[in-house]
Amino acid sequence: MSEVTLTINNEEVKAKQGMTILEAAQTVGIEIPTLCHHEKLVPYGACRVCLVELTNGKKSRLVTSCAYPVEEGLTVMTESAPVVKARRMILELMWARSPGVEPIRRLGTKYGISGVQAIREYGITPPQPKFEIEPTYCVLCGMCVRYCEEVKRKNAIGFIGRGTEREVVFFPEIARKECPGCEECFKLCPTGALPSHYALTEARAATE
Amino acid sequence: MPTLKTPQDLERLRKDLSAARDPKKPCVTVCSGTGCHAYGCDKISEAFQAEIKKQGLEKKVDIRRTGCHGFCERGTLVVVFPDEVCYLRVKPEDVPEIVSTTLKQNKLVERLLYSDGDGKKITHEGEIPFYKHQNRIVFGSNRLLDPKKIDEYIALGGYSALAKALSGMTPKQVLDEVKKANLRGRGGGGFPAGIKWEVTRNAPGDVKYVIVNADEGDPGAYMDRSLLEGNPHSVLEGLIIGAYAIGAQQGYVYVRQEYPLAVENLSVALKQARENGLLGKNILGSGFDFDVKVHRGAGAFVSGEETALMTALEGRVGESRPKYVYPAIKGLYGKPTNINNVETWATVPLIINKGADWFTGIGTQGSKGTKIFSLVGKVNNTGLVEVPMGMTLREVVFDIGGGIPNGKKFKGVQTGGPSGGVLPDKLLDLKVDFDELTKAGSMMGSGGMIVMDEENCMVDIARYFLHFLAEESCGKCVPCREGIYQMLKIVDRICAGDGRDGDSDLLQEIAEVVRDASLCALGGTAPNPVLSTIRYFKDEYDAHIWQKECPAGVCKSLIQYFIVPEKCKACLICLRNCPAEAITGAKNQVHVINQEKCTKCGVCLEVCPTKFDAVTKLSGRKIHTQAVTA
Repeated sequence: MSEVTLTINNEEVKAKQGMTILEAAQTVGIEIPTLCHHEKLVPYGACRVCLVELTNGKKSRLVTSCAYPVEEGLTVMTESAPVVKARRMILELMWARSPGVEPIRRLGTKYGISGVQAIREYGITPPQPKFEIEPTYCVLCGMCVRYCEEVKRKNAIGFIGRGTEREVVFFPEIARKECPGCEECFKLCPTGALPSHYALTEARAATE
Repeated sequence: MPTLKTPQDLERLRKDLSAARDPKKPCVTVCSGTGCHAYGCDKISEAFQAEIKKQGLEKKVDIRRTGCHGFCERGTLVVVFPDEVCYLRVKPEDVPEIVSTTLKQNKLVERLLYSDGDGKKITHEGEIPFYKHQNRIVFGSNRLLDPKKIDEYIALGGYSALAKALSGMTPKQVLDEVKKANLRGRGGGGFPAGIKWEVTRNAPGDVKYVIVNADEGDPGAYMDRSLLEGNPHSVLEGLIIGAYAIGAQQGYVYVRQEYPLAVENLSVALKQARENGLLGKNILGSGFDFDVKVHRGAGAFVSGEETALMTALEGRVGESRPKYVYPAIKGLYGKPTNINNVETWATVPLIINKGADWFTGIGTQGSKGTKIFSLVGKVNNTGLVEVPMGMTLREVVFDIGGGIPNGKKFKGVQTGGPSGGVLPDKLLDLKVDFDELTKAGSMMGSGGMIVMDEENCMVDIARYFLHFLAEESCGKCVPCREGIYQMLKIVDRICAGDGRDGDSDLLQEIAEVVRDASLCALGGTAPNPVLSTIRYFKDEYDAHIWQKECPAGVCKSLIQYFIVPEKCKACLICLRNCPAEAITGAKNQVHVINQEKCTKCGVCLEVCPTKFDAVTKLSGRKIHTQAVTA
């Protein structure tokens, strides 16, 4: 396979054709945060935390490094001001939604998001939360859904609903048959919410 | 029906068909687009059939049911050919008079003609201001043919562009012509179709697809629907030509299930095209094989986004996927796929027939040709209009649209649906094309144009679109799912009178990230309604946040209705009509609205006789002043 040269954070990086920016960065130890990425799965581009800034002449734009394939001569910045601004907002939005999820708290803290639900900096007193809280554990990274579909090819778990109504569900007809003895998706869940979800479905199925 | 085996067969058929069409023979055309269906065009068409028979004109007069003519405000539309006498708002009871007066005696039914402001009557369709300022190169054939009859399309020269392409041009030549025409995608993005075709054509792989995106979903927009209903063969012809240029063997039309007439007419068109040998194996003897399937979409707005559409076509839930490798290279089922909007495809035959030079003669530097808009909202002449690119908003809204009803003041025009923005009166002279609209913070979108007057609250408009988008976001990526939701929450509280210091800054902050960081164009353009209203109507946001006032009097939490005691004649009308029983009073006793009970429906204001004018709607500080004096 042919090799391409790109620049990441002013550093020249050689990468194999077909790699993503994220993979290329990892080969030289440049860290780009991710939440919905898994090397066994097709790039999904949902959490947008791995955004990087791509510059082409005067134009620059944000792309997800997990999905963008390397090209000869790409100029990539992984922590530029636009990247940090977007990443911070994304983490704030996720934190507001899932305040109890450890990876989000950890990453959020790293990007200087202080306190729960990010108290508004310019608010009147008493301080009000920047975003209203609708707490949930699942961050909809889709890791479990994609793993079951792409690796296990069972489709025992999937999404229902649109927008903020979106949620992960086990399909009882399939799950009853396939999940006991597999449960491989449990380990993937970044929140630990998935096993409880499954237990709930199982419990419901048992009472029916 | 004979199967057409060569371009000569097609030409022969066209000659036979047009010879059979006597241009002097009177023909009653009943518009049967969706709008006129709602008005009851079925009954009118039946009435014409019965009446013509009754008056013994069966042999002398043809009746044709066509697709949408565009002037939906005045439906049901009836045009009597050959003189193109245009009757508006025709009711079944008008039919006998039209038959006896116009068809028998060749005289006019004056009362059904268009009447301009001074009461002057206009007879011919083309002279009505609504039509006069248009240039209907794509949409104009709608009124000339019955969409369920391929013969009528062929008689008017239909499929001649296909014959020309297949017999006289190489795929590369077809592609070059479209590229030269600089045809830009009519679905919203405005990406040059020719370049997209070229990338698909050059992409490695033998299996390639072409798709018609008929998943029109913008609120108030219905031009793709009307085109597909009224002239499905024009879309199909464009698609076949495109497939030939690109080297695709299979096409799809992704059309919304909510468009039953479009699905029906399209299915009929496909069947007839197949029977005539215009689809299938060895089309017109060229050796080119191509067929088309119809896929009915389940009605998710996001499925109009091309990658989501392809995902849906594959049988999954319609969700966008990263587009860093273009669908033109890796699209449907991972194969090179070219997707264009209905209107884009329908423009292709015109370019092939008349040439790229003709096409580039219309429009502006960067945007060529015409664009169909659905002109709706607070405008006198609502309907579908096709205008050359570069026409000003003022010409569209005032010359064609006839201005704002009821003497109200123009406030803004929303273009591009949920992806677009609201443009204020100071931009009325903006030339409408892809680039100018984007520069102004809106976008062409698929061509929705919603006119707003002084009684529209811009914060409420932003709220409406955010609400729409929050429901239609697929929920896959974080900025779109969570960002739109939080923006909606903020705008909701501003409308409810709970706006906070810094809310417009916070909106702006979220909006920018949603725009820059979302996975697909739905999220990428979702902040436009918010950003454009903040940009052009910041004072309205401020009034809501600081004065707790809705200047347009729309946001219910911020308005109150009052009865002015000095003006109230105690006539009991408002009292009896109030659905909440919130008005107290009696004969000879001034009426008072109980604010606790009032649901702010505004019925009292509507029913209070104009000569009394005793009910007022107040907002902000005025409420307190009123409360103190009362």
